[in-house]
Amino acid sequence: MNKNKEQLLNKRYKAEQRFRLYGQSAIFMALLFLTIFIFKIFSTGYSAFQKTWLIVPVTFDAELMMLEQNPSKEDIQDADYYDIALKSMADLDPNANEDQENELKRMVSYFFEKEIKNELLNDPSLIGKTKEVYLTASDDLDQVFKGNYPRDLPEDQRRVSDYQLKIFDQLVANGKVESKFNISFFTNADSREAELAGIASSFMGSIFSILVCLMIAFPVAVLAAIYLEEFAPKNRFTDFIEVNINNLAAVPSIVFGLLGLGVLLAIFQLPRSTPLVGGITLSLMTLPTIIIAARASLKAVPPSIREAALAMGASRMQTTMHHTVPLSMPGTLSGTIIGLAQALGETAPLILIGMVAFVNTIPGSPMDPAASLPVQIYIWAESAERGFVEKVSACIMVLLAFLITMNLFAQIIRHKFEKKWS
Amino acid sequence: MNLILFTFIVLLGFTSYYFGRKKAYTIQSTKKRLTALPQFYGYYLAIWCAIPAFIIFSLWAIFEPTIVKLLVLNDYSNQGYLDDELNLIYEKTKALSRGQFTGEITPFIEASAEKYLSLRSIAQSSKVVIVLSIIIASVAYAYKRISSNSRTREPVEKFLNAVLFTASLAAILTTVGIVFSLIFQTIDFFKVIPLFDFVFGTHWYPAKAFVRDSSEALDPTMYSDTFGAVPIFAGTFFIAFIAMCVAIPIGLMSGIYLAEYASTKVRQYAKPLIEILAGIPTVVYGFFAALTVGPFLKELGTSMGLEVSAESALAAGGVMGIMIIPFISSLSDDVITSVPQSLRDGSYAMGATKSETIKRVIFPAALPGIVGSILLGVSRAIGETMIVVMASGLAANLTLNPLESTSTITAQIVVILIGDQAFGDPKTQAAFALGMSLFLVTLCLNIVALRVVKKYREKYE
Repeated sequence: MNKNKEQLLNKRYKAEQRFRLYGQSAIFMALLFLTIFIFKIFSTGYSAFQKTWLIVPVTFDAELMMLEQNPSKEDIQDADYYDIALKSMADLDPNANEDQENELKRMVSYFFEKEIKNELLNDPSLIGKTKEVYLTASDDLDQVFKGNYPRDLPEDQRRVSDYQLKIFDQLVANGKVESKFNISFFTNADSREAELAGIASSFMGSIFSILVCLMIAFPVAVLAAIYLEEFAPKNRFTDFIEVNINNLAAVPSIVFGLLGLGVLLAIFQLPRSTPLVGGITLSLMTLPTIIIAARASLKAVPPSIREAALAMGASRMQTTMHHTVPLSMPGTLSGTIIGLAQALGETAPLILIGMVAFVNTIPGSPMDPAASLPVQIYIWAESAERGFVEKVSACIMVLLAFLITMNLFAQIIRHKFEKKWS
Repeated sequence: MNLILFTFIVLLGFTSYYFGRKKAYTIQSTKKRLTALPQFYGYYLAIWCAIPAFIIFSLWAIFEPTIVKLLVLNDYSNQGYLDDELNLIYEKTKALSRGQFTGEITPFIEASAEKYLSLRSIAQSSKVVIVLSIIIASVAYAYKRISSNSRTREPVEKFLNAVLFTASLAAILTTVGIVFSLIFQTIDFFKVIPLFDFVFGTHWYPAKAFVRDSSEALDPTMYSDTFGAVPIFAGTFFIAFIAMCVAIPIGLMSGIYLAEYASTKVRQYAKPLIEILAGIPTVVYGFFAALTVGPFLKELGTSMGLEVSAESALAAGGVMGIMIIPFISSLSDDVITSVPQSLRDGSYAMGATKSETIKRVIFPAALPGIVGSILLGVSRAIGETMIVVMASGLAANLTLNPLESTSTITAQIVVILIGDQAFGDPKTQAAFALGMSLFLVTLCLNIVALRVVKKYREKYE
């Protein structure tokens, strides 16, 4: 009898331990996912912040450039650089035949002409002389240099030929290949060529969308929250508004995209693919989030504040505007930032309103076509070139850095400025 | 021009605030008692100055293009043009008047372009005149009221109250906008495709609708086997089911552990860390699923002799599950923490262990709240777009094999609407019909879930 009891107790304790273990492993699993995730993004993405350059001697031959004696700045601007660019690449291998010369040319980006031109524009005295110029390596060679390229594939399955690899290895052995911080990733707009593609256009697109979103959503949401929390009579209509807000907060984001498409583009005829439309669509999405946050923080202001103001003869409007609202601002602001961070990461609605178009210029206003950072991630992720994989991860890193900063900022506002009533 | 006028109105508004306040001080200096604080005089004048002008200004901006269009196209009435042709003529006219017209210039279009330009300039100047006279009239009225020292605080506050009320309508307007944008296209869609075929058809192949020559009349029989949404709905629920299979056990157990077992220190770090998972943009999850999880599962499957598609439902659903973990864990954590301590104490007093208390007492008590949080998770899984678009297939397969690829409502909407859309095309309308069904399904789930959670909260408050 006693033994039986002990067995039972042991069994129960074991069950207790098992249950505890389940809980621990659940948390462990969740954190494991997070770690794998972040590790994967960083390990594929960090190399995109480096860019590979080939150092190629370029002879600025005035004749080949069709330049007269003592050329003016305009002449240099209009000169023909294609031939000298081609020649300097071909000179890498004096024995190259025509096909091989073509392959040599493809070892650098198609931007190489311009890079040589800029070199001369910076220093016009180079005419007739030879100088070693940094040229952007093609994205396949970039990947080869970073060790991301499967060199042991059979040649017909690679985009880099054996010949190109041979010349490239020679260059590496001579120290003519260098890796530097990739500034163009931050200053270039999107491009079809992975080695030239940058996030500047999508970054500006995101900034403009978020600004439009902030300018619409914040005032409307705060005013709505003030009404609902401080002035609204308790009746069926205000209940209806509440139900609406709570539901909107859980409506899938793509439905807002359909709203943008069906109303903003089709009926109001606003320009497609622009941050303006994107921002308005996102503002409708963030509206409920900010309203809920603002209401919560208005609710947290103790009634004694209102009573004191009213007792001093302030009207209800004055009480609200002079006392309750300012006191609730830290909470409202941090809620707003969190809402904006959500909007910043949103992709689906922006795709529907056409912000997925290929844009290779940097937008200067919310009325110019643009992409946004998450959409850029989508566009690059869908493209087949190997060089884009690390770009996607790098773009994700930039986006995550942004989101983390915004959330930290929200935390700081909350902790620093929010009054604790006790 | 519009910008200048707008800035002018705003500047006038600010100046009139100062004039109003100054007037109040003058009144005060005559030893008369003010009816409100001086700034209310300012607000009163500023509101009267800017708001009527601004209303006229916006109305003008909304109606001017339509009226100009009507007047220009008036010349072409009775000539038997179709609406589309009239629109084309109008577009040409506008392009010509901007000097961007590249086609052949006919005298007709040239004449309308001139008319268009003259109408626009008349409209511009009359707008300025009308807006200015409105400002003068309303400021004169308001200034007279101020000078006679009549009440200013009440009207100003009433106005503010009206503004607040209007802002609170934004939520309703958004809902109305959603329904409005979906419903017309959906109705048009069901005029061509019978509802029955949509709901019970098993073939989804919208690309077929593209083959149509646009000059041909719509032939409904052509689409009889094109827009059957069963594979889409099945795929949506199937992927959501896989996601919940990952999210419910992990989310619920971590919620329970955090609420009942974890020390304050663990809780302090683990909770925000898990919540990071909720803050990661979904497109990032999509990339992760497509680039890492999909190929990994494929390799794993091949090594076990299984055929796994690189875009399997399992990869998309699994990653979606990871995304939903924090929703379920933090909601169930909240729910469990709000179960009154007395229930626990009672159970411990009877000699129950902690896990027995959780399983037999706390879990049943918290069940409604947990169900609510799970329903919210399901609603999120159904509405999730980017993961599916990037990691799951885009062709609609009717399958229950998690290793094959399937498609979902959201993915189909994106596939159909990415790029240029022609409104009035059954394919585009199909996307809106799918959007409508998505909206209705998630709406029902949300309403039920929010009700359940609210009821539960009230029970223990």
